[in-house]
Amino acid sequence: MSDNNDRNQVINELTTSEYKYGFVSDIETDQAPKGLSEKTIQFISAKKNEPEWLLEFRLKAYRHWLTVKEPDWALLHHPPIDYQDIIYYSAPKAKKKLQNLDEVDPDLIDTFNKLGISLEEQKHLSGIAVDAVIDSVSVKTTFQETLAKHDIIFCSFSDAVKHHPDLVKKYLGKVVPYTDNYFAALNSAVFSDGSFCYIPKGVRCPIELSTYFRINAANTGQFERTLLIACEGSYVSYLEGCTAPMRDKNQLHAAIVEIFTMDNAEVKYSTVQNWYPGNKEGKGGIYNFVTKRGLCKGHHSKISWTQVETGSAITWKYPSCILKGDFSVGEFYSVAVTNNYQQADTGTKMIHLGKNTKSTIISKGISAGKSNNSYRGMVRISKNADNARNFSQCDSLLLGNQCGAHTFPYIKSGNDTAIIEHEATTSKISDDQLFYCQQRCIGKEKAIGLIVNGYAKQVLNKLPMEYAMEARKLLAITLEGSVG
Amino acid sequence: METTKTTYILKKNLTDYYYSVVAPHLKKENHKVAELRKTAMEYFVEVGFPHTTMEHWRGTNLQEVYNQNLKIKTEAEVYNKTLSDIFLCEVHGFDTRVISVLNGFFYAPENKQLVTFENGVVAGSLARAQNVFPQLFEKYFGLLTRNYRHAFTALGDALFTDGVFVYVPDNVRVENTFQLIKILNLPQLATNTRNLIILGKNSKLTFLHCDDSINHQSGLSNTVSEFFIGENAELKLYKLQNLNDESALINNTFIKQERNSLLNMNVLSFNGGLIRNEITVNLDGEGASANILGLYLLDKCQHIDNQAYIYHNVPQCQSNELFKGILDDEATGVFNGSIYVARNAQQTKAFQRNNNILMKPTAHIDTMPFLEIYADDVKCSHGATVGQLNTEALFYMRQRGISFDDARLLLLYAFVAEVADKIDIVALRISIEDMIKRRLRGELSICDRCVLHCSQPAKPMEIEIDLSKI
Repeated sequence: MSDNNDRNQVINELTTSEYKYGFVSDIETDQAPKGLSEKTIQFISAKKNEPEWLLEFRLKAYRHWLTVKEPDWALLHHPPIDYQDIIYYSAPKAKKKLQNLDEVDPDLIDTFNKLGISLEEQKHLSGIAVDAVIDSVSVKTTFQETLAKHDIIFCSFSDAVKHHPDLVKKYLGKVVPYTDNYFAALNSAVFSDGSFCYIPKGVRCPIELSTYFRINAANTGQFERTLLIACEGSYVSYLEGCTAPMRDKNQLHAAIVEIFTMDNAEVKYSTVQNWYPGNKEGKGGIYNFVTKRGLCKGHHSKISWTQVETGSAITWKYPSCILKGDFSVGEFYSVAVTNNYQQADTGTKMIHLGKNTKSTIISKGISAGKSNNSYRGMVRISKNADNARNFSQCDSLLLGNQCGAHTFPYIKSGNDTAIIEHEATTSKISDDQLFYCQQRCIGKEKAIGLIVNGYAKQVLNKLPMEYAMEARKLLAITLEGSVG
Repeated sequence: METTKTTYILKKNLTDYYYSVVAPHLKKENHKVAELRKTAMEYFVEVGFPHTTMEHWRGTNLQEVYNQNLKIKTEAEVYNKTLSDIFLCEVHGFDTRVISVLNGFFYAPENKQLVTFENGVVAGSLARAQNVFPQLFEKYFGLLTRNYRHAFTALGDALFTDGVFVYVPDNVRVENTFQLIKILNLPQLATNTRNLIILGKNSKLTFLHCDDSINHQSGLSNTVSEFFIGENAELKLYKLQNLNDESALINNTFIKQERNSLLNMNVLSFNGGLIRNEITVNLDGEGASANILGLYLLDKCQHIDNQAYIYHNVPQCQSNELFKGILDDEATGVFNGSIYVARNAQQTKAFQRNNNILMKPTAHIDTMPFLEIYADDVKCSHGATVGQLNTEALFYMRQRGISFDDARLLLLYAFVAEVADKIDIVALRISIEDMIKRRLRGELSICDRCVLHCSQPAKPMEIEIDLSKI
């Protein structure tokens, strides 16, 4: 019995650590008034000097949004969101146009340093191009020159609208149309910034591209949009990270990511999501409703999603692949950790349209505290997707007896040559495994860390190295004191 | 809400039927039954028929059923000829006690409407039993159904014309198999029947539920069944479904299991225009265990929808689910298995598997094996596959001189045998195996007799393969 208590204590310790990114930076912001109306949208559009067609797109999306209902099929419980109580635009006040890093607001740099993303350092040492988005606006993109050498466009969404309107116009809303779902419509109406990336034909992006999102101001929502286009034969690895300060009130984050891959192109999209998850009593935290979708348009193209989800009070996120090109490949690797009162309903959609398409889904859920963690994924094989192949594996690990782990796979097959396999297991850390470790003089805490780390390894290994380190750190923070 | 003209008319007809035919007789019924009819009708009026925008009905479109201009038969069937004159159904070498329901009414001579056997077992018409055994109805009737998920369960409760009542007292182990034969032989008929089967402590019952049609006319058969399995009791439940291609069958089965009880259930769907089996198992006593097997072999434009909800409400229960299906031609299938493990249901073991083979590019299957788990000391897993015959195995056999057809048949048979082999009544297994073989050969695409009675029972079907070559 005492042994049991001991273990409970270890698990308690593991699962009750504090959020480390909860500071607030004192940065002056430029905000839209609270509430959502056509006026707000016009305000945002005017603020950003947008062309007519984009405003038109926003307004269409807004009008559509008014006609649809918030989805309720996910296993998530939260009080209704008051969409009129949110500030839809908040930007750090620009003093003047920035030319280089030295001109960035020192407070801002400080913020990013605290987050462990020193823009300066990143620039010189690690060789990752960073686009940092604070509140709603992209504040700094590093490594522009190197990228320019390869004709790679990597800039904030607003810059892209200004400098590459044709590209934006051609691809915006083509994978995630504003009619797609409630939150996609909302985002399309009010998105304020985000990243834009265009990899030209035959270019293998020499450095990893990265975006950092941070919500700073209170009562704001963040609605960013990422558009990533990989032309024939190109390759890019794209990273995304996010944090927010600790606030008592829930904040809304509704983003869209759209990816296009042409013939033989490959995109690797990695996310380390660490929005503020709320405190131990479940107060505060970010509501994270994200639509991410990639279109494998060309033959032999590939999109690989890797995500480590540790933050957010509520996660509603299904990065998907539409496998349209023949021989295209979709991958989804996910580790989702929920603790305290966090709720996650996350998974993927693999839509097989082309022949000989292949998809792999590996999802690892870890629930602790009083949280609920659901995997919800769909594999659809259309009539013409001959020889399509899917393998899915969804495992859940329960730490403690107050949490829940759920699996909701949807498999739809309309082709007799397709092979689909799905398997899932749910278990806790087995006594045998613990005993084995302890026999070999590995303490309980360390053993649990070891087992959790081993459990998530299959996914963590898919992350680029810098992120794998960060993801491990995050796992360690969420399940304090053991992992490392 | 999605309402079409035909659904509106059907809804109105059913509501009218309730107020003109059912409601005036409520006073004559057991008050529990009357109450349930009322609340169920209120639910139906409020919610209406399910449609494809509802999450659990996405895969099953009933519009064609609604379009059929269905009617309800108001007067009971008069018993004027024996059942075997209407319908021949027997398993050779297998003795069963047959109870039959014809067009929604209990079909038996007057003196056999409700029979009490010498060992205390009661079997007969539900409509009669409600006033003979009021305590049992008080305690059990409607206990499991009342939280309606959709209109069909409610309709069964509100409008049922009759059904079967079986009561097995404590410590009675019934050796004979009870066979319920449900037949429709009138066109465009909508029937609602209600069954209540109660097993006392340490009892045992084998129940065979056959749904058949004996002509090619369309119709809707909606059945709501409640099974209560007492402590240490054992229920073997076989469902055989062999209807014509025009008919629609909706089966709502609710089961409650007490301590250490055992349920072995087989759902075998061979033919039917549209079949929906909804199985809800409540494991409410520690040590209860449920084994649910399903097999579906469909072709043409048939559709099957199997929904299984298993609730592990207490610790130390076990459930096993295995559904296997072969879909040919334009057949479509849906499987939705749901395992729910409650907060304190520790040491639960729950397994769920669904395997499918698609024979043609036009066949379609949706499978959704769900797990919802709130306890940590559990072993739960699920798996689902959709595929086709192993080409290497086919090649291996063809290399050894086995014709393509035989090789294919052998592989298909091996695929379904995992379910068929678990039928533990030998005579029944033999005739079902025979059925499967015929079905796979396409010889049984529509059997207008009972599924169990095939034309040449003396000569069982063989797959003619010279095994010495392998």
